[in-house]
Amino acid sequence: MARFRIAVHITPRKGLLDPQGNAVKDALHTLGFKAVRNVHVGRYIVLETEAYDAIAAEETVTDMCRKLLANPVTEDFEIESAVPA
Amino acid sequence: MKFGIVTFPGSNCDYDAFHAITEMLGEDAVYLWHKDHDLQGSDVIILPGGFSYGDYLRPGAIARFSPIMQEVAAHAKAGGPVLGVCNGFQIACEAGLLPGALMRNANLQFVSAEVRVRIEKSDTMFTNLYERGEVLRIPVAHGDGRYVASAEVLDELEAEGRVIFRYADANGTLSADANPNGSERNIAGIISDGGNVLGLMPHPERACSPLLGSNDGVRLFESILSRVAA
Repeated sequence: MARFRIAVHITPRKGLLDPQGNAVKDALHTLGFKAVRNVHVGRYIVLETEAYDAIAAEETVTDMCRKLLANPVTEDFEIESAVPA
Repeated sequence: MKFGIVTFPGSNCDYDAFHAITEMLGEDAVYLWHKDHDLQGSDVIILPGGFSYGDYLRPGAIARFSPIMQEVAAHAKAGGPVLGVCNGFQIACEAGLLPGALMRNANLQFVSAEVRVRIEKSDTMFTNLYERGEVLRIPVAHGDGRYVASAEVLDELEAEGRVIFRYADANGTLSADANPNGSERNIAGIISDGGNVLGLMPHPERACSPLLGSNDGVRLFESILSRVAA
């Protein structure tokens, strides 16, 4: 077993109203960043886990996302490649 | 009849529910600690409002893994009544007892106000003492109350008559203005396919006394009594 670090990005499901993202977008427009078209505010989770190899670690974290870290109704998730911790 | 009220760390409407059941309804109630595995013979389970586990991750996401929730899920599966109010509704959705999810209010504000909800269905375990189309005055207090589900799920809920409460104005008309959180199709409360799990964002337990501004919530609890006792 080795220890791996994996980062997970969780964002509101595309197409669902994202009031927080819209509020940030409006603030950026007010600041003069008129070119901004979309903002989505989500969560960034970094975890360390024991696993046989990087692939096993990524599979386990994907399972964690489905069961807890992301809401399957309202959120999408992406996991980054596992790196030795 | 015995009501079991689950206390999670961060629950804050468990006392309101206890008061409504014991003082206003005159029935038995017990607090059920989230770490226990025992429903203590409760006939009806209430998942109360509050901020269980500080809303960490998402409202209700951690509470659904509390030990007591295994027993609550088994109770629900066996047809036992479960009432999820506010945070309890969020927990019931996270636990898969009800479809959909509750997201941040569309206006990004925590809404604490008395709202009007229209009864959509009166032949349920929870609403049999109301008239369909009746408009109730019930308080809401939440930051994450926007009901969301896929279009297919929403259509299914409507087709199966499982939307029980909708936000409306005093005349019972649905409008965006009457919708405090941007919920899809003005949905304030839904029921499980078995009809024994109700989740709603408004707080009926806080509308059980004229002294508190409204007693429109009393009949929800009396409905359970009349149905479950029968």
